[in-house]
Amino acid sequence: MFGFFLRRLGLVVPTFLGITLAVFALIHLIPGDPVEALSGERGMTEERYTRLIHEFGLDRPLPVQYGDYVWKALHGDLGLSTITHEPVFAEFMARFPATVELSLVAMLFALALGIPAGIVAAVKRNTAWDYSVMGASLTGYSMPIFWWGLLLILTFSVTLGWTPVSGRIAIQYDIAPVSGFMLLDALIAGDKGAFRSALSHLILPAIALGTIPLAVIARMTRSSMLEVLREDYVRTARAKGAGRFRVVAIHALRNALIPVVTTIGLQVGTLLAGAILTETIFAWPGIGKWLVEAIHRRDYPAVQGGILMTATIIIAVNLIVDVLYGVINPRIRNA
Amino acid sequence: MHPRHAYCLRAAAVAAVFTAAAAGAFAAKTLVYCSEGSPEGFNPQFFTTGTTADASSVPLYNRLVEFDTGTTNLVPGLAESWTPAADGLSYTFKLRKGVKFHSSPKFTPTRDFNADDVLFSYNRMADPAHPFAKVTPGQTYAYFEDMDLKNIVDKVEKVDAMTVRFVLKKPEAPFMADLAMDFASILSAEYADKMMAAKTPDVIDKEPIGTGPFSFVSYQKDAVIRYKAFDAHWGGRPKIDNLVYAITTDASVRYAKLKTGECHVMAFPKPADVTLMKTDPAINLVSQQGLNVGYIAFNVEKKPFDSKLVRQALNMAVNKKNILDAVFQGAGQVAKNPIPPTLWSYNDKIVDYAYDPAKAKALLAQAGYPNGTEVELWYLPVTRPYNPDGKRMAELIQADWEKIGVKTKLLTFEWGEYRKRSKVGEQHAIMFGWSGDNGDPDNFFVPLLGCSAVKGGGNVARWCDKTFESLVEKAKLATRQTDRAGFYAKAQEIAHEEAPWIPIAHSVRFDPVRKEVTGYKMDATAHHYFNKVDMTGQ
Repeated sequence: MFGFFLRRLGLVVPTFLGITLAVFALIHLIPGDPVEALSGERGMTEERYTRLIHEFGLDRPLPVQYGDYVWKALHGDLGLSTITHEPVFAEFMARFPATVELSLVAMLFALALGIPAGIVAAVKRNTAWDYSVMGASLTGYSMPIFWWGLLLILTFSVTLGWTPVSGRIAIQYDIAPVSGFMLLDALIAGDKGAFRSALSHLILPAIALGTIPLAVIARMTRSSMLEVLREDYVRTARAKGAGRFRVVAIHALRNALIPVVTTIGLQVGTLLAGAILTETIFAWPGIGKWLVEAIHRRDYPAVQGGILMTATIIIAVNLIVDVLYGVINPRIRNA
Repeated sequence: MHPRHAYCLRAAAVAAVFTAAAAGAFAAKTLVYCSEGSPEGFNPQFFTTGTTADASSVPLYNRLVEFDTGTTNLVPGLAESWTPAADGLSYTFKLRKGVKFHSSPKFTPTRDFNADDVLFSYNRMADPAHPFAKVTPGQTYAYFEDMDLKNIVDKVEKVDAMTVRFVLKKPEAPFMADLAMDFASILSAEYADKMMAAKTPDVIDKEPIGTGPFSFVSYQKDAVIRYKAFDAHWGGRPKIDNLVYAITTDASVRYAKLKTGECHVMAFPKPADVTLMKTDPAINLVSQQGLNVGYIAFNVEKKPFDSKLVRQALNMAVNKKNILDAVFQGAGQVAKNPIPPTLWSYNDKIVDYAYDPAKAKALLAQAGYPNGTEVELWYLPVTRPYNPDGKRMAELIQADWEKIGVKTKLLTFEWGEYRKRSKVGEQHAIMFGWSGDNGDPDNFFVPLLGCSAVKGGGNVARWCDKTFESLVEKAKLATRQTDRAGFYAKAQEIAHEEAPWIPIAHSVRFDPVRKEVTGYKMDATAHHYFNKVDMTGQ
């Protein structure tokens, strides 16, 4: 088991190097630079331009810049944002809890609907139930988040007036950020109204962000269930006279969930990628929105640092899932 | 519990959530403004963007002189009056008495505003050896440098506690308008001293203290900025109690928030939404002529644009009215001069080149191109306030020029690259534009058509005309506005005759405001002021 863990961990090093190199190369390949992005029609004098380029260290050869960036990153220093001049790490951490909160609720939404829907589709396969679940999940999977988010806002906020349009909490609540999780902070502040408001602000973005994982989980649960339901031990359980519910929920589901757990782990990447669009539409102050802005302004340190942090999280989650999977299913440890 | 009961309870809980969200009634008057982006910081000396100015200099600070909201006329701010010396080489300002600074948990002012604050604010930007010049690492005084103030102002003197004198290196009439700009906001010297003593000098840039109508409460990154009315504001306390900026980057979402009443005023609507807003019973659509110009510049260093006749012919060949309808959807005005009609010295006597393809063709033949020619037209890769759709505009012009036998190749680059290449003169004909900084005509003529701007890169026509240049220079030296207006009016005649540009349009700006907001006035420099507004029904 320990050897398995080390092998998995060993794969992380090249992955990391690959990511830093790819991000560094990509951001330097797009035309423009942070200094040019600072000036509008007015432009700036040649002297000021060269001075700023020098201050940002962008006049050094690219390999030197890359080496410096990796070296500092290894020491936990992601540099200063070229826009706000604050440490990238602090900027990231200030926004990360908002993204985590949204992603968790979105995942909760996806699980709460996806697993039951998948089970129903499998148990009642080739019926209207199955077709509608699979049809809906295909639609959900193919829906562009941007369009889906706006549609939700126009329907539920503007037309029906049920939910707020955007933001994390109604503006009358000025909740001090303690944990960075608005729901938690509202509870800490002991303000029930604030908690309700924060919850109502989470509904639409969580649906928009959770729709794709929901579709994936529903499909995965269905196919995995179908496979398990054909197993001998399920037939044996039925033959013994176990009730239909007991067979599905106890005998089949527990075994069917193993591949679903992997899928959930993989969805973390989908969630963080989807957060970029969801946060922009719902004015959600998380890392997705922050990264988009950083790319627009060619804020190299923020883009590099932000993506590196995000990649680290995705790698870590996948590592945990891999290890957990090994724990659940001994057969793959030596595979 | 029976499942149905559980369902009912849940439904009730959900309903409660929604009602709580909808009930936004406060005792105090709170105005929510849906702004378009996060500020880069709160010290207006560092930044040039309108977004940052809206969040810093506008609510929090004052300048010695200010723009009268809605125009670019200068009115007294922290200076009650000012007198230029006869030679135009110095300006003396009498400061306003009894002006209070905000207080914060870290700072309580013990004195009113005086000359020391002016000297501190100015010298911090001008003197690289000033103790506060570099307290916030990496920040530079961008606008101060861009407006070239270090080559205009020699020094600022304290005559007495309530009088300061700006001594100039050369007479420079537009200087007064520079002082009304955001970067010239006045900071508190006492606050700076106190923070220096506490060994946290950079706090003055993060937790702003000013003399403005609102004081700073808190900022949650990328989400919300909170201000409250400053009771002791010298111009009178604002009528609203709280001002909140809800940062919402997507224009469609800002509009949705305005509709549901989650915000009362929104920034920068999409041109496509404007028609809908006009008919919305909950919204007042306030509009104003923009202080801007969108134009096509001919690079006169390249053939065939070295010929005046060709430039005039291409002017005549463009159907501007058609562009206004198709690109601006009516939210603009045809341009005939390099400056907008809202600016003083606008020469309305100039008759624009009328749309006349036949005459244009004849002129082209006269210039030695009887069979037409081939040109390149660079078009804007981004939406700008003076041009909502560069590509569409370029296609219309391409079709117009085709009619007189001029084949046009359309080109564009990424926005940063576009500006970089145009600075060094790679362009042929190029689409560009400008939004005025300070409402002085000099701020259009010199950076866009002056000879020094050919080298600097802002003059993308690379047109340097001796007569035009001498008129613009004379206007800089004269101190009387009527004299200056005369020089600028002549300069516009030359710009028309020599035709280095096709001035296309001056756009109209819109601020959608909910009906319960009263007294909202649009600002000429595209900022958003809330110190005079009131709210009904709250």
